Parts: sequence; structure tokens; C-alpha cells
Amino acid sequence: MLSFIARRLTVAIPTLLILVVLSFVLMYTAPGGPFNSERPLPPEVLANIEAKYGLDQPFWKRIAVYIHGVIFNFDFGPSFQFKNRSVNDIIAQGFPITLTYGFWSFVVAVTVGVSLGIAAALRQNTWLDYLAVGISIGAQVLPNFVMAPILLLVFTLWLGWLPGGGWAGGQWQYLVMPVIALSTSYMASIARITRSSMLEVLNTNFIRTAKAKGLPTRRIIWRHAMKPAMLPVLSYLGPAFVGMITGSVIIDIFFSTGGIGQFFVNSAFNRDYSVIMGITILVGALTILFNLIVDLLYAWIDPKIRY
Amino acid sequence: MKITQKFLATTAIGLLAMSSVVYADSHATHPETGEALASDQTFTYRVGDESPSYDPGVVEDTYGAEVVRDLFEGLYNQDAAGNLEAGVALSHNVSDDNLVYTFDLRDDAKWSNGDPVTAGDFEYAWKRAASPELASPYAWYIELMSLENAAEVIAGDMDPSELGVTAIDDTTLEVRLSQPLPYFAQMVTHGTTFPVHQATVEEHGSDWTLPENIVSNGAYVMTEFVPQERIVRKRNEMYWDNDNTIIETVVKLVIPDENVALTRYLAGELDRTDIPAGQFPRLSEQYPDQAMSVPEACSYYYMFNMREGAPEEIQDPNVRKALSLAVDRDVIVNNVLAAGQKPAYTFTHWATAGFEMPDVPMASMEQAERNEMAVELLEEAGYGSDNPLTVNLVYNTDEGHKAVAIAISQMWKQTLGVETNLSNQEWQTFLEARSNGDFEVARGGWCADYNEASTFLDLMQSGSGYNDSKYNNPEVDALLANAKTADNPQADYDKVEEFIAQDTPIIPIYHYAADYMYSANLEGWPFENFEQNWYSRELYKIAE
Repeated sequence: MLSFIARRLTVAIPTLLILVVLSFVLMYTAPGGPFNSERPLPPEVLANIEAKYGLDQPFWKRIAVYIHGVIFNFDFGPSFQFKNRSVNDIIAQGFPITLTYGFWSFVVAVTVGVSLGIAAALRQNTWLDYLAVGISIGAQVLPNFVMAPILLLVFTLWLGWLPGGGWAGGQWQYLVMPVIALSTSYMASIARITRSSMLEVLNTNFIRTAKAKGLPTRRIIWRHAMKPAMLPVLSYLGPAFVGMITGSVIIDIFFSTGGIGQFFVNSAFNRDYSVIMGITILVGALTILFNLIVDLLYAWIDPKIRY
Repeated sequence: MKITQKFLATTAIGLLAMSSVVYADSHATHPETGEALASDQTFTYRVGDESPSYDPGVVEDTYGAEVVRDLFEGLYNQDAAGNLEAGVALSHNVSDDNLVYTFDLRDDAKWSNGDPVTAGDFEYAWKRAASPELASPYAWYIELMSLENAAEVIAGDMDPSELGVTAIDDTTLEVRLSQPLPYFAQMVTHGTTFPVHQATVEEHGSDWTLPENIVSNGAYVMTEFVPQERIVRKRNEMYWDNDNTIIETVVKLVIPDENVALTRYLAGELDRTDIPAGQFPRLSEQYPDQAMSVPEACSYYYMFNMREGAPEEIQDPNVRKALSLAVDRDVIVNNVLAAGQKPAYTFTHWATAGFEMPDVPMASMEQAERNEMAVELLEEAGYGSDNPLTVNLVYNTDEGHKAVAIAISQMWKQTLGVETNLSNQEWQTFLEARSNGDFEVARGGWCADYNEASTFLDLMQSGSGYNDSKYNNPEVDALLANAKTADNPQADYDKVEEFIAQDTPIIPIYHYAADYMYSANLEGWPFENFEQNWYSRELYKIAE
């Protein structure tokens, strides 16, 4: 197991490096630059700014300095757009926000999704099954960018129960709508995957054997069916978690939470090179990390898998 | 001696405390209008994006400038109509050759930590703004002000200490210009010219504008800052005119989506928000006392590429003029946009201070006459049904620009039989293509940096870095150079506008208006201020 982790981590480093170099090259080949605007800066002003941010250096030197800074000082550089903030500042401030409601969305999506899926599988072809499938299909067609405006309309404008956005240090009223909007479609996917994989497991020989032995249903479900049924769900959860945390761009923008999503999108429009790089690396590293965690959980759940 | 001083200080604090209690009561009604005031004096407004900086020397966007105007105070402020009013400076004298301005500063202005605001703070701030070390994107503003040696200081050829600004004593600031500038006094209402507190800047470096560090001299102090979420500012007890401030707290919320912001406004969370494109007619009918359209100091236009080697068709002035004539501005303004914009036949915005709309022939014609003339001109240029003209029009990706482009291409098609290839580009790509001359006809928009016609017309100078058409007319250059020092530049501006109408390097399309919703109980908004330079200390909320 340890050697497996070590092997995976050694592969992760070059993967990240390739990501860094590719993003760096793509970014600089995009037209425009962080200091382009409708009113071009006078050359002498632009020269001062470019010197300050090291943009007057040759390309290879910039990338070398950047990678050196990231590896040895964990320094992702200054933001080009936000004049007195570094990328580290931006991530340190925005990421905990995104992480907070991303985490709660994950908890909600998994709890509700798995419960719905299991309930539907156990009562296949009953009203409960139809209801659960109905809910999950309904939720599937409500991605976050559709959910968010609906929630805003209902809870803020019509009912006046919840604030329409902001963060306020993470008070619960401010969390409700982002969490619902973000978790709905993930919840639906989890419910569907759980249902179908549970159904499959329930029809296998070892479950039939357990039933024949006269084991109580509760024990069969929890002890024997749950683990194998969760495997497909688990492989979905890794990317889903990363997706929730980082793909919450729409939620960040819609509910103006101050999370990193807003910075991510704006940095791309404004060519804020260092912020694009910083967040890309963060997302890349998270993806690699969670895939690794999922692989390890696999081994724990399924004794057939050996590393 | 020491004891006496201490005693005096205590008494002063006591008196201050008492006066503020009295003050709170007396402001149950507005001191001038006598209106009953609301108990909650919090002003909450929406902006679309976080600002790059709140450092007066660095601030570069409108949203940031609004915050800076509340936190800091420059030599002069603008009143509700946009006229100059005393700020830290009470008055100024100008030398006979119009090159030396001497500002007389008030002696009761204080920083939020109690230090006096001195002429030296201004001297430090201006030199800092111009210094290559700060590398401010707005360093050019100091150059625009024509300060002595500004260009050399910015380029790093001279030390910032050589800049033409000197504190003679604590309340006298001397400014030396390299050439006379009739509107110089107007320019010191801009954030770049505001003072900064040297000790704070030097102690905290680029972090000095964070709420825990900042020391400011305006009517408000920053108390909370969550990037991309909010800024909270509260009244500054040290401000010299604090007694006349009514709004206690100002909250700026970043809400990128205009429609979300409108919903939150309607739910009562905001006191001011932008009206999304296309919604002004509906909202002004539904909420006539809240939906407002104010002139915005920007002009919307299409530019022709007049570089050598650019497509040949549009090098013919008749073709350009025909295309301009065939644009029915009234349809654009009344049917496509319908939000208070005005049709444009001149580049300079109609509401610019001291600018009188010149007599451009096109403006007084009927559209039918314009169309007739356009057809004739195009025929003269050799285009018609047997030899149709095709133009390529590019705009930056945006629904509003798209609607205008489609409408105009239809007008060209119907009136002139001209085919238009429309294309849109992402903003940065668009800017690069435009400045590289990689276009035939391109969308342009220009907003005033200060309230004077030259802020628009200087774009037509052949050497201007903003002249993406590369329009080059020596007579226009001469007129604009002359206007800089003329006592009354209006005659020059008239001629420049006539040249623009004649040569048609650009098609002026409309003059902007800005549309906002304002809470019904919010009063004191300077609707008459063309640059929309508002100050929270002028606002107040009446009891409903």
C-alpha cells in the first residue's frame, strides 16, 4: 500500500509539472495581456509596470523563475490585476469559502443521494422507487445555473427568507442556497448510480446465499450489499468532490460569495497570469489527490483489489 | 503645563462626545430641507467587479474611484452639478503666465488617526503616483495634468523630487505646469491627486490600504474588506465636516450578474443597482420614482481603419460618409436600446461641460434626406447593385453590441445594398486586433477622463495612442494643439467636429446614458453631475 502511494505521488509530480508548463504556454500565447486596456498605457508607464512584474524578461526565464518560486518558496507570485494582493492571499481568502460550501454540498449530495438510491433499489417498482427516480431525474435536469436563479426568486424575492447572496463570515443563512444549488445535480447522479448498482448487487449469488441462510434483511443490506454497491458511487465521488469545490464558479459568481470561482473566471478574462496559474495548479493538485484517495478507498472496500 | 494640556484634551474629548450626542438627535430631520430622516442610515450599493486597488495613487476603475472619493479627500470636490467646491484646499491663485498654481489649504483637515493633513501629504502623494517605483497604471494622469517634468519622472530619467509640486508650508501647495492648461483645477478632483499618509504607506507597503492599516482623510474610513464580496466604510469622526455627514455606513457589494443584483434590489437588499440592458422601459413604467437614466460621459462609435494597406473600399471618404449617413441613430436609441441614450452626430458627448454642440449638417437632416445622400455618395464612389460593397464589422462579444451591429448592418443593407460580415471577439483579442489595425470597421466606446471636450477629441490627434483608426489630418492636429492653450477653445472644437463629420474616420452612433434603480427613500443623489462623481457624505435617507 505504501509503495503504491509512493508510486502514485511520483507520477503526480511530473503530471503537475506538465500541467504548469502547458498552462503557462497556452496563457502567454493568448492574445492580449494583463495591462492591455481600451486606453493603452503610455510606453514609459507600461515599461515600469512590466519591469515590476518581470514581464520584460524572456519567456524561458519567466517560467523558470515561476516554477522555482512555486517549488522552493510556495510563492505563486503577485496578482497582476489586484495591485496589492498576491496569489497566495487570494487563494487563502477565497478557497476556505469555496471549500466550506463545497463540503456541505458534498455531504448533502451524498446523504440524500445514497439514501434515495438505496430506498429505490430496495423497493424496486413501487411508488417509492418511482418517486425517488422521479426526484433524481428532475434534479438532474436542474444544473446549478438553473437552480440558483429559481432559489433566488423563491427564497429571496417572494418569501424573503434568505439573503440573496454574500458570505458574512459563513453564517448558515448565507450557505443554504449555494449548497442546495450546487448539490442538486450531484445528488441526482449519486442516487441513480446507487440505485442501479444496488439492484445489481441484490441480484448476485452471494446475496441469494445470504438470504437462503435466513439472515435478516437489514444485516444483508448493511453487511453484505452495501460495500460492493458503493464501489461505482465511490469512483464518482472523487471527481465529484473536486468538481464541487472548484467547479463552483457559477455559484461563486451568482451568489457573490467571494470564493475562488469569481477570481478564476475574471483572471482568465483579465489575463491575470499568476492567478490563472495559481488556481489551475490548485485544481490540478486537488484532482490528483482525490483520485488517489478514491483508489485507496477502493482497496479498503473491495478486498479483491490489491496494490 | 503638562497637566493643563491633559486637562484641556480631556475637556475637548468630553465636548466632542457631547456634541455627537446632540448631533445624533438633531439629525432626526435634515438640517437644510427639514425632511424626517430614517433611523437606519446605511447606504448599500452594487458594483459588478472587485477593483484592482483602493490606493489613490494606483486606483484605475470607476468602482474603485467611488470608494477612494469616500475614503480620501483631494484639493477640490465636485458639487451636485459637477462644479468645483472646496475640499482640503479652500482656494487657489494662478500666476499671470498660467503656469503656477498656488493652493491655500484648510488647517482643520485631519487624517483618521488625528494627524493634520498638510500640503506635504499632497506633495508626497503626487511624487509617489508618478514614480517608476510604484509603477501605477494611472501615472499617466500626472502627465496629463502637465506637471513640470512629469514625463521625465515617469520614464525614470529624473528623480521624483524634480516633479513640479512643492509644499511651501503646511497649508500652501505650489504646482508648476509645463504648459498652461485651462481645465487644470478640474483635474484635482480625481483620485490620483488625493493625499496619502506617508508614515502609513512606508510602514505597511502595498498592504497599507487594508482596513487594519489604512489611514485616510475623507468622510469615511474602511472597516471591512472581503475581496469580491464587500467593502464596508463607516463615517470618519476626524473628518473636518463630519457634522454634516448623515449616512453612517456605506456597503459596497460585488454582484457580477446584473439580473441577480436587480432581484436583490427588489428584495430590499440594495439601495442602488444597475438596470440590465433592455429592462429600462419596463422598470421605469413599474417604478417611475426609482428607475433613473442619467447621462454617462461616454460615446459609442464605429471606427474605420485608415491605415495604409487597410482594405481599399473604406479609404474613400464618400464610402465612409455614406455608411455613416445610412445609420438611423433614432432607431438605435429609441428601439434597440431604449434607455435614455441620445443619438450622436458628434464625437464629444452632448453633456460635456462648456461644450456646445456644433452645427454638423447631418444632425439637422431628416433620415430620408440622409439616406438619399448616402445612396448618391456610394454611387459616386462606384458601388451599386452591379458592384455591391461588402464590409467587415467586428465588435467585442456582448449582447448589447451585437444588437446594435445587427441593426446597423440591416440599415446598410436596406438603404445601400451593402453586405456586412459581422464578427465578435473576446475583449482582449479584440483590443489587440484593433490596435494592430487588424480590422475594417470596429466598434469603439470612449469615456471621459475629465469633463472637457478634449478628453474625447484628443483621440483624433494623429499621434494619439488611442487613435486606432489612425486618422491623420494635420489641420485637426493643429486645431487641437491650439485648443490646449486657447482662452476659449470652443471654436477649435467646432472645427474639429466638422472635420470628423466631413472625413468620417468614425461613425458616432450614440451618447451613453447610465440607468440605475435608486431606493425611493434615498436622497441627495447628484443626477446633474455629468461624471457621476458622487460622495456618500452628500446622501441621506428619509423616513418612509
